[in-house]
Amino acid sequence: MNVFFYIAATVAIFSTVMAISGRNAIHALLYLILSLLAISVVFYLLDAPFIAALEVIIYAGAIMVLFIFVTMMLNIGLEEKIEKKWLNPQMWIIPSILAVILMLDLIFALKSIPAIPVEEKGIMPKQVGISLFSTYLPAVEIAGILLMAGVIGAYHLGSQKKKVTHRFLEKK
Amino acid sequence: MLSVPIETQIMFAGILFFLGLVGVLVRRNLVFMLMSIEVMFNSAGLVFIIAARHWNQPDGQVMFIFILAVTAVEVAIGLALILQIYHHYKTLDVDAINKLKDNK
Amino acid sequence: METFIALIPAIPLFSFLILALFGKKLSRKVAGFIGAGSVGVVALLTLIVAAEFFKSLPGIKSYSVVLWEWINAGNLKVNIAFRLDALSLVFAFVVTFVGFLIHLYSIGFMAKDEGFTRFFAYMNLFVASMLILVLADNILLMYLGWEGVGLCSYLLIGFWYKVPANGYAARKAFIITRIGDTAMIIGIFILFLNFGTFNIQEMMQLASENWVAGSSVAVLTAALLLGGALGKSAQLPLQTWLPDAMAGPSPVSALIHAATMVTAGVYLVARTHVLFSLAPIVQSAIAVIGALTLLIAGFSALTQHDLKRILAYSTISQIGYMFLALGVGAWSAAVFHFMIHAFFKALLFLGAGIVILVLHEEHDIFKMGGLRKKMPVVFITFLIGAASLSALPLITAGFYSKDEILWYAFSSPKGSLLLWIAGIVGAFLTALYSFRMIFITFYGKAKTEPAFKAGKLMTVPLMVLAVLSLIGGFVEMPDSFGNIHPFSDLIENTLPAIVLKAGASQELLFQLLSAIIALTGIYLAYLLYFKKSAFAESFSQTWIYKFFYKGWGFDKLYDSLFVKPIVWLAEIDKNDFIDWWSIGLSRLTLFVNRLISPTQNGKLRWYLMSFVIGIALILTYMIYK
Repeated sequence: MNVFFYIAATVAIFSTVMAISGRNAIHALLYLILSLLAISVVFYLLDAPFIAALEVIIYAGAIMVLFIFVTMMLNIGLEEKIEKKWLNPQMWIIPSILAVILMLDLIFALKSIPAIPVEEKGIMPKQVGISLFSTYLPAVEIAGILLMAGVIGAYHLGSQKKKVTHRFLEKK
Repeated sequence: MLSVPIETQIMFAGILFFLGLVGVLVRRNLVFMLMSIEVMFNSAGLVFIIAARHWNQPDGQVMFIFILAVTAVEVAIGLALILQIYHHYKTLDVDAINKLKDNK
Repeated sequence: METFIALIPAIPLFSFLILALFGKKLSRKVAGFIGAGSVGVVALLTLIVAAEFFKSLPGIKSYSVVLWEWINAGNLKVNIAFRLDALSLVFAFVVTFVGFLIHLYSIGFMAKDEGFTRFFAYMNLFVASMLILVLADNILLMYLGWEGVGLCSYLLIGFWYKVPANGYAARKAFIITRIGDTAMIIGIFILFLNFGTFNIQEMMQLASENWVAGSSVAVLTAALLLGGALGKSAQLPLQTWLPDAMAGPSPVSALIHAATMVTAGVYLVARTHVLFSLAPIVQSAIAVIGALTLLIAGFSALTQHDLKRILAYSTISQIGYMFLALGVGAWSAAVFHFMIHAFFKALLFLGAGIVILVLHEEHDIFKMGGLRKKMPVVFITFLIGAASLSALPLITAGFYSKDEILWYAFSSPKGSLLLWIAGIVGAFLTALYSFRMIFITFYGKAKTEPAFKAGKLMTVPLMVLAVLSLIGGFVEMPDSFGNIHPFSDLIENTLPAIVLKAGASQELLFQLLSAIIALTGIYLAYLLYFKKSAFAESFSQTWIYKFFYKGWGFDKLYDSLFVKPIVWLAEIDKNDFIDWWSIGLSRLTLFVNRLISPTQNGKLRWYLMSFVIGIALILTYMIYK
């Protein structure tokens, strides 16, 4: 069982690296979808099958597709040359150093907490559902309102009104 | 049953997070930056699931569902804004959007 | 009675408010009526109050009316309270009566001026302040009136503010009197510190009980108060502002700079005479200053071309006489000369005003001439005024008042021969320059034609004042003429009587001498200026003439002593480096802003990088702690 975890983890990390350093937008997005699928496997291994399904359906299925739609609408894939110019190797140095520093901090932090033995029991989706709709019911409602706000906001922000200048301001 | 030590699991999530961070810092295209932010969101959710399994509470998974909802909204609005920026500036270079600079 | 006393300063103040607030909406007739009428009403009130006062003598010597409590802070209690006694009654009478005549004159004089209502507002405020000054019960209220008249003097000198020179003259007057005022307020503080009260009567009482004559605190306080008096009355060394103050309209010169404000110093010294008696050295200084001033001003008046400047120097000189009288302890003589001087000096200024107005604003007497036939009323009244000024014997009031001062300058215990000689020389000079003025202005060939005849509003006050300049002296006849002196009897209800030093010789001899000197001066003026001798011409080219003309070089002295160093200091501070201490903080902030604002370059990635660096640093710090 562990070996699957490691394989999925490696795939996820590798495809994320390819995604963030990709020059072609569509390729990068596809790599990202791959990474999300790998993480979904990890979720399944972590005794969260419902969440794994949700990850695929919503994250990889809706959000990434949204990205792909916008990419295709704006024709970003055609700008490969510009991306190449922007992504010269020396750009990576400082962020990588910072990431390494933060990683070391994380390792150190993890090492310094004492290990707590835990008995592993699985969590059924049924439990999640009950918890969701009893303890966290207000949050569900608020998430619903948030989604509605998102819809309205996206509609307004996405619309392009033709700029109408008053006839007095038009250039003769 | 998975018996991978918890530190490794969190480390994995951490690596993903920092990869996303590096992606945000390095890339100049707005869509890619948003994509890298997605990676970071995802890895944060992963930590929640790990913790839920570790402590045997469903709350982590519930939290992940909420994160999912928020991410969805955020991506939607972010992309709508990117559309507007593209129509206004005709480019997706994030350095072109510097109108808020101090004019000295 | 008490209400009348309270109304006397209140009515002009009220009319000032009306004119100031509603002046734009009032027609000239109404504004003039309110302006002059208020002073007229007050003059009438003063006469009624005077009648009542005389009736109740010698029983009640003073009336007090407390209006309300002004300041009540801890042990400091000051009221708005007025006190009427003989001294303040005389001053109030002069201020209101002469003031009323001048206001009537102003209706005619300022008729064509666009600032008509503003003028009457300021004049009424002045009259109100002056009345507060003379009627005040406590010295703080008197200081209020003091400052009020200083303010009105500034406003009225610079009345025609569109001409910059008038503004400079007003500023000069204000600043120089301010120097005196500062000395005075320090003196007031010292008095309060010692006696805990501002009430003048209480202060004088406590001073005479607690202070030893000649003690340093008495001398200091008296000297400081004297400083204030010198500033307001334009005596040495603060006399330079008065000739320049002639930039104001002639009624202003008549009211403020002849009859009333410049005599505020005389009033102050007379009011606080107890202090000066306790500081004999200061009192002698007053006499010396008076003597010196009258000589300096007399010589300067001899050389002036401007008609009003002659009169200004003459005023300085005559107030010098009043100070001389105060200095030798001749209190009633000083007040008497004040009253008579107010009459003839106001007359002279008003007449000069008509002359200048009618000759198209011509001020130079050498461009005037032959006005005797063309303006007979003005000529006769002006002649009477000049005669009174020169103390023409027996018929003019000026003779009686000036003669009294000269007599006491010699015969009072503090008097001396030197002071008398100074006074006599001054009298000679006075006669000389007065008749020089008459001969050059009114006789000879007319060099400028009068444009119109002056109306009744302007000439009737002249006639009234002329009559007063003639008969006003008869209330105080010298001993040798029959011992009628109701005036000094009145004054002696408040101020101490004059004692003669032992073995003083006959007054008659001195009277004869002063009469002869006056007549000699007139004759010399006749020779020099009527007959147009060459001596006058050649004299006017000499160095000494130019020295006198410039007021004995005081302006130049003060300029190099005070003005130039300050300007030099300001030059050094040209870049305002002293201001650095105060605005240094703002400059520092701006500098730091300029340093830091490049971090706000609007680039998103820059901000993100700064986030991440910050997070890295903080986390590292937290973990390694």
